[in-house]
This record gives sequence, structure tokens and C-alpha cells, in this order.
Amino acid sequence: MDKVILAQDLSLAYNTEETIISRANFSVSSGDFVFITGASGSGKSTLLRSFYGALKPENGSLIVGGVEVNNISSSKLNFLRRHIGIVFQDYKLIKEWTIEKNVALPLIINGYAKDVCDIQVDKLLNHVKLSHKMGKYPPELSGGEQQRVAMARALAHNPILILADEPTGNLDDYSSKLIWNLLEGANTQLNATVLVVTHHIPEDLAVDYKHFNIEGGDVYEVS
Amino acid sequence: MKSVKNHLSLIIALFTIVFTMQIYIVVDRTVKAYEYDLNENYSIVVVTQKKVDTDTLVAMSPKIKSADEISTKEVISNLQSQMKQRHIDLLKLSLPHFYSLHLTHYPAPHEVKELRKRLEKNSHITRIEDFAQSHDTLYKLLLLFKSVIVLFAIAIFAVTSLLIIKEMRIWQFQHNERMSIMAMFGAPVWMRSAVLFRVSIVDAVIASVLAIGTITYADFMKVGNEQLQSIGIEVLLFDPINDSLLIVGVALSLSIILATLIVIGHKEEV
Repeated sequence: MDKVILAQDLSLAYNTEETIISRANFSVSSGDFVFITGASGSGKSTLLRSFYGALKPENGSLIVGGVEVNNISSSKLNFLRRHIGIVFQDYKLIKEWTIEKNVALPLIINGYAKDVCDIQVDKLLNHVKLSHKMGKYPPELSGGEQQRVAMARALAHNPILILADEPTGNLDDYSSKLIWNLLEGANTQLNATVLVVTHHIPEDLAVDYKHFNIEGGDVYEVS
Repeated sequence: MKSVKNHLSLIIALFTIVFTMQIYIVVDRTVKAYEYDLNENYSIVVVTQKKVDTDTLVAMSPKIKSADEISTKEVISNLQSQMKQRHIDLLKLSLPHFYSLHLTHYPAPHEVKELRKRLEKNSHITRIEDFAQSHDTLYKLLLLFKSVIVLFAIAIFAVTSLLIIKEMRIWQFQHNERMSIMAMFGAPVWMRSAVLFRVSIVDAVIASVLAIGTITYADFMKVGNEQLQSIGIEVLLFDPINDSLLIVGVALSLSIILATLIVIGHKEEV
């Protein structure tokens, strides 16, 4: 199976004195569903940031989607990001845009025609059960609804890789269940590779998954 | 409402800059017209014993635009009733020649001194009257007026620049988040900054239209015309084509520079 992520002796640091991930070796194959766990401040989000090039490796090598992230040019980085869908705990929606425009963002960036965007946005908002809130702006929605919009945005362009940082951290049970179902669906139906940073792995998950834990700067697979 | 407020602060700052610039242009035109007027009424008078060709006088300095001989006929005709014809004929023979030298521009005091030295070199010239004292006073007044206007323009520019810098910080804060989110999904720089440039161009156009409208209205109402006419100066307050182009150009350049600085200063947050 193709490797979507390949880390060799990967070290990550915010400054040269404070290493967060130290000489980690791991890989994620295409179609995997992966959980990354660890204590607060262990470097879970930092590791996730490195996957979409927001943090460059201090040492070692990191290949994402066949692209070496270490010395990536800005045009290549943009190209890589156009194939990734990202979900954050704090949603990161554009407040002055309506929710349909927020969902359409990756489609606009990828150059889809307006009618294609409209159809896809309709479908996704229906999928996350928010078609009735189409003309609303993010601040008019509840936290759970905003996260569902963020989820729809992450799925809009059928990405090869979905990165989710504590996607259900602030949500009620109903919204959490919906988000996990959407992530499972993306993995099983769209064959997207899914990486989720979380404190708790849900017990009733219907997919087989890999589990990495971070401790003392080391990333290791939990069997 | 917040967004309207943010637009208004940039529009007001840009409007103030272009409006002040137009005032400066009008004052500069007034000063130049006054300077021209002063120069038209200023001349150096030289006295020669022998008749001198006016071209010879003009050739003595590139600052001399023209030279005219001052006719003595009028003086003599005034004396005709009081003097005998014989004496008048004698006077005609002994009377020196007077020339009025007109200059290319209103000279600075050092230029007058320099010109005087050159003229003194001509052996035919016996006397030079440059009206130095009254000229110096007028010239210094003109310089003072120009300096005050420049200082005024600098002060307004400084204040409005501070306004624009403050506005830039607000914009940076406002647009950074959206630009970071777009970057996260792989939007190229031009796409991330498109909204910012569109907003800044629209604000610049609105500020220009407001400034052009206000100045056109002031021109239509003939604001300041009476005062200018009372000192014998006629000045174009607003040149609809050239001044409008300058106003739009300055407003657009400033807002585009502002947007570019924000794009350059953008730091990815996510």
C-alpha cells in the first residue's frame, strides 16, 4: 500500500532549544484511519501541523503525499494543501463569509466551476444536516453546527488526506457522533486517509484503526 | 456596522490626504502666480552715457529676458514749459540713456547681487538701480509663505500617515485570520489578498470621488476667488482632468501600498 505519510528520524521544535518530537519513525498508508493520542502538551497538534507544512522539521525527513515537506517551496506547499482537508477544534471558519461560501472554499481554490461548487456544497450541507442554515454566518451557529460546517469544508474537494485536531473536543454527544460518522464515511466510502488527534478514542467506532501515542517526544504505535 | 466603520476610517484618512494635497496645489499655484506678478513688475534700471544696443544688455546674463530703453521724451516735454528750447537741446545732448532690464524669473537676493556685478563690468554702464531693499523684503515674505505652506503640508501628511498606520494594524488583524485559513487550504497569495486589494481599491475610489466632489463644489461656489482677485491674482482652483487624475492616482497608490504591506507582513497563524 502507498505511504501517504513517511517520517524518518523526524524531529520537530518551535525553537532549537525545545525539541517536541525527537527522531520519530512512523508511516501512514493510504486508506488508514489513525488516532494520535498523548498527554496535553506532548506534541500531538505540533505533529499534525507538520503534516500540512505549517511547521518545518528541525531534523530528519517528512514526506506527505509523496512530497518532501522539509524544503518545500510555497507553490508546492499550496499544491499539497489543496489535497488535504483540515478540521480544527476551534473550527477556523471565515466569520464574514456565509456557511456555503466557507464550505465552497477548497472548491474555489481548486478552480471548480460555480455550478459544480453549488451542487457539491448543497450535497455536503445536506449531509451534515445544515441545509436549512445555508445563508447564515458562522457566528450565528452553535459550536456543534460550526464544527459540522468545518467538516463539510474538509470533505468538499474529496481530499486524499483528512487531518482533524480534537474535532469533537468542544461538542455535545449528537454533534460528536455526527462528526465521527462523517470521518468514518470519508475513510470507508471516499478512501481518504484520516488522522485524528484526540484525547479519547470513541469505543463504538466501526472502522479498523491504527493508534500512535506520543510520550516524551517519542511517537510509537500502540498495538 | 463595524465593517462600515473600518471602511470609513480609511476613506477619511485618504480623503484628508488628497484634499490637503489639492489645497497645497492651489496655494502653490497662487504663490507661483504671485511670484510671476512680482517678476512682471520688477526690473533693474541701468544708466549709460552712450547708447547701448539692447541685445548687448540681454547677452550679459541668461537671467535677463529683455531690455527696453526708457524714453526720456516725457520728462523733457514736462520741462518744456519751464525751460528755453536752447537749454532743452543741451539737456537732450547731456542726458544719459536709461534701460529697463526684465528678468526670466523673480530673482533671489544673491542673484540680484550677482547680476549687479556682471553689469558693473560693462564700462558704458554708469549706474545700476536694483531696488534691493524693497525686493529683499518681498522675496523674504514670499519665502516665508512658501515655508509655512510646506510645513502645513508636512504636518497634515504626518497626522494622516498615523491614521493610515493605525488603520493598517486593524486591517492586519482583520484579514490575517481569513488569509491564514485560505493558506491552510492551499490558496495562492494573489487569491488570499484579492479581497484586501478589492476593498482598498474601492475605498480609494470612494475617497477620490468625495474629494473631487468637494473641490468641484468649492470651485463652483468660487471659494476664495474674491480674495485672490483683490490682490490681482487669477488662479485655477481645480483642473478637472489633471487634478482628478492626480487625486485618483495618489489615493489608489496609497491604498495599494497599504494592502501590499499587509500582505507582506502576513504571518500564517494556524
